[in-house]
Amino acid sequence: MNLFNLFEDIENADPEFQDRISPRRDAIKNMAGFGTKVAVAALPFALSSLFKKAYGQSAPAGVTAALTYALKLEYFEAAFYRTALAVPNLISASEKATITAIGAHEAEHVAFLRTALNVTTPAPADTSYDFTARGTFATVLTNYETFLAVAQAIEDTGVRAYKGQAGALIGQQVYLTAALNIHSVEARHASAIRYLRRLNHGATTTKPWITGTASVSNDTGISAADGNYAGENNTIQGGVDITKLPGVSGNISVTAAIEAFDEPLTMQQVLALVAPFGVS
Amino acid sequence: MKTSTLQEAGKPDLSRRSFLRYAGVGAVAATGVMALSACHKHHDDYNGAYDIGSGDTAILNYAYALEQLEAAFYIQVIASPYGGMSAIETSFLTDIRDHEVAHREFFKAALKDSAFPALTPDFSSIDFTSRAKVLGAAQAFEDLGVAAYNGAGYLIKNSDYLTIAGKIVSVEARHAALIRNLLSVGTFGDGSVIDANGSDKQQSIAQVLQVANVYLKTKVSAGSYNYIP
Repeated sequence: MNLFNLFEDIENADPEFQDRISPRRDAIKNMAGFGTKVAVAALPFALSSLFKKAYGQSAPAGVTAALTYALKLEYFEAAFYRTALAVPNLISASEKATITAIGAHEAEHVAFLRTALNVTTPAPADTSYDFTARGTFATVLTNYETFLAVAQAIEDTGVRAYKGQAGALIGQQVYLTAALNIHSVEARHASAIRYLRRLNHGATTTKPWITGTASVSNDTGISAADGNYAGENNTIQGGVDITKLPGVSGNISVTAAIEAFDEPLTMQQVLALVAPFGVS
Repeated sequence: MKTSTLQEAGKPDLSRRSFLRYAGVGAVAATGVMALSACHKHHDDYNGAYDIGSGDTAILNYAYALEQLEAAFYIQVIASPYGGMSAIETSFLTDIRDHEVAHREFFKAALKDSAFPALTPDFSSIDFTSRAKVLGAAQAFEDLGVAAYNGAGYLIKNSDYLTIAGKIVSVEARHAALIRNLLSVGTFGDGSVIDANGSDKQQSIAQVLQVANVYLKTKVSAGSYNYIP
């Protein structure tokens, strides 16, 4: 299904579609800052009333699909940190605050998305996941370095997953903005975990941002994560070759061109990557 | 395409309808990023400020202005490093400088004839000899950048531009988290920037430009987005 064609079709059939759901309508305008201003408890009402106002139905299918997918990934992330934090002596005491804060954010994302989507069915049990990814990361819950490496790959992949849904939420003031506000927090997490690994765990070439070379897109050195970083070494943006543009001295380097832009993954790509973890 | 009259004297309501349309997004996207029409004209109607105009060109020029500011800041940071800048700080801050320059140059190239001229920064309020002041300013710029992209994303009509904005904002968020961690480990996303939903807090164009203009000699206005300095 092509979402944009769908919107075009709707607008052709119903020229007032935009006005029905436009942020200029008071009902929606009042929700513009809903992430910060409207009580979470008021959200289901706010969102459902928004679309009932438009059509007497629920959110557009494309929006629901994108947010449902996001919730699926957030369930997994929240369970990952919750499980790891419960393992005695896995996480170093001095870094526990960072991991705890990240886990708390993931749990908040779950709660937020459940509310936004009006989901009442129970979340998957934490024990339903296989955090070793069928043995690929066998020591993920017994070796802290492995845990951090997996956490880094999960966060970097989460960033790519949200980015890949931007098109599905285009023009949606409420939903796109909410997704962007989560997307950037996932990037903060990825940066923080990468920094810990660089600072305290011997990852001497790891940077807070994803680096690479013309031939290497995966900067983790863990070949099992190649798919998670596929295409991250892209240096062409919107038809512009970034390495042909002027930098501080000479042209912008391949390294800077790779690091300066994170790349998206499609829903299909991400679901294939997380399937071994039991995300379905 | 002739210069849009919608920008004249700031008449946001005239552009509202097309501005909010989804219809045609697919068709526009298919023409690619470089197809942006040179229909932007710079005005100095608003107290001598450059106005971003309206439509996708406006959002790109808005981003271009912010990236110019960030790039100029980090160029200064590396050109006159604060005392005691560690090797890893030098390495990371140089990387960030180069990322911001890449962002700046991308927007300039994408906007072609519609691009703003080079803006002149004013960093006279920043003490570049002080680590705390420099990293504090860097943190403010990075958090502002994240909030700016998050707040303007929904205004972008072309899905290619939207995705590229997404590619940039997550890198800005990585910067923000790193700078915060350099100042105090564990503050990468504390309560000062993250809300109870575990989410960043977007800011409007008006909110962001009000702050950005403090650091610009030539001010930037956004008459179509309710901001005139």
